Amino acid sequence: MARVAVDVVIKPEILDPQGKAIVAALARTGHPGVSSVRQGKHFDLEVDDSVTDADLEEIAENLLANPVIETWTITRLQDADAPVAR
Amino acid sequence: MTSGSGAPRIGVVTFPGTLDDVDAARAVRYAGAEAVPLWHADGDLKDVEAVVIPGGFSYGDYLRAGAIASHAPVMRSVVDAARGPRKLPVLGICNGFQVLCEAGLLPGALMRNAALKFICRDQWLRVENADTAWSSRFDTGAEILVPLKNAEGRYVADDHTLDELEGEGRVVFRYVTDGAQDGATNPNGALRDIAGISSADGRIVGLMPHPEHAIDPLTGPTDDGLGLFLSALDAITGAPTLTGASS
Repeated sequence: MARVAVDVVIKPEILDPQGKAIVAALARTGHPGVSSVRQGKHFDLEVDDSVTDADLEEIAENLLANPVIETWTITRLQDADAPVAR
Repeated sequence: MTSGSGAPRIGVVTFPGTLDDVDAARAVRYAGAEAVPLWHADGDLKDVEAVVIPGGFSYGDYLRAGAIASHAPVMRSVVDAARGPRKLPVLGICNGFQVLCEAGLLPGALMRNAALKFICRDQWLRVENADTAWSSRFDTGAEILVPLKNAEGRYVADDHTLDELEGEGRVVFRYVTDGAQDGATNPNGALRDIAGISSADGRIVGLMPHPEHAIDPLTGPTDDGLGLFLSALDAITGAPTLTGASS
């Protein structure tokens, strides 16, 4: 078993109104120094050893992210509880 | 293929969380076709000659609006039939439009409204292309009034895709922004005021506003929306008004 993190963010050229609303809220709560926030999604996956990097790429591209509007990064995490990572 | 009654069969898909399947089926019947219920978990299209993917919140809009639904068994069949030799006419309304984009049948994506508000109002649209399977009953340039109700209706695509859509006449419906107050443009920040688009062959159409809620002045703002469903009947029966479906 291994743990995998997939982080999905909206492409920089696409308007993120939620991020802008968060910037405005930060300014109101005493943090005017934050000029940009982009909101995204974080997925924690537990996968068995048969799941390859190519599988993970397909999972991210076909379901977790929409390539039209989002980019993603895949990170395999070491898991202390797992006897053998990967 | 037709039913015993002889009326063309138009499928109406229901996912968990679909809201507007009843109105979509009613619109299909108003247009003179038989409305055939199609269930998300069943890949059998039951010999329908066109399909409507109605609005709502399929699978709770989990992940992204339309994302989970686009992988449902019924959608695999719809995608195959739309892309195959039958060129099954497909209409996606609101959440159905989102499903068609997620399924790759239409380009681009629908994102959160620019003002982050759920919008519910009657909306004027301009028919930009009356040469698709779902718009042939209109005149190009006609303006129609139908309800708009969504939180994620902002159409986006990259510039290349947008130019391609414009160049090929695939922008079917645009928000009418003339006379908008306060310099406001369209309701949700959709790029180039796009409310609805079509596939290259004009058989697949998706739009955010709800024509199925505007088929009778008794229950909607107008009966303008009925034109989409009547157009589909023409496409099914081969009426000569459709000229854009040969490519």
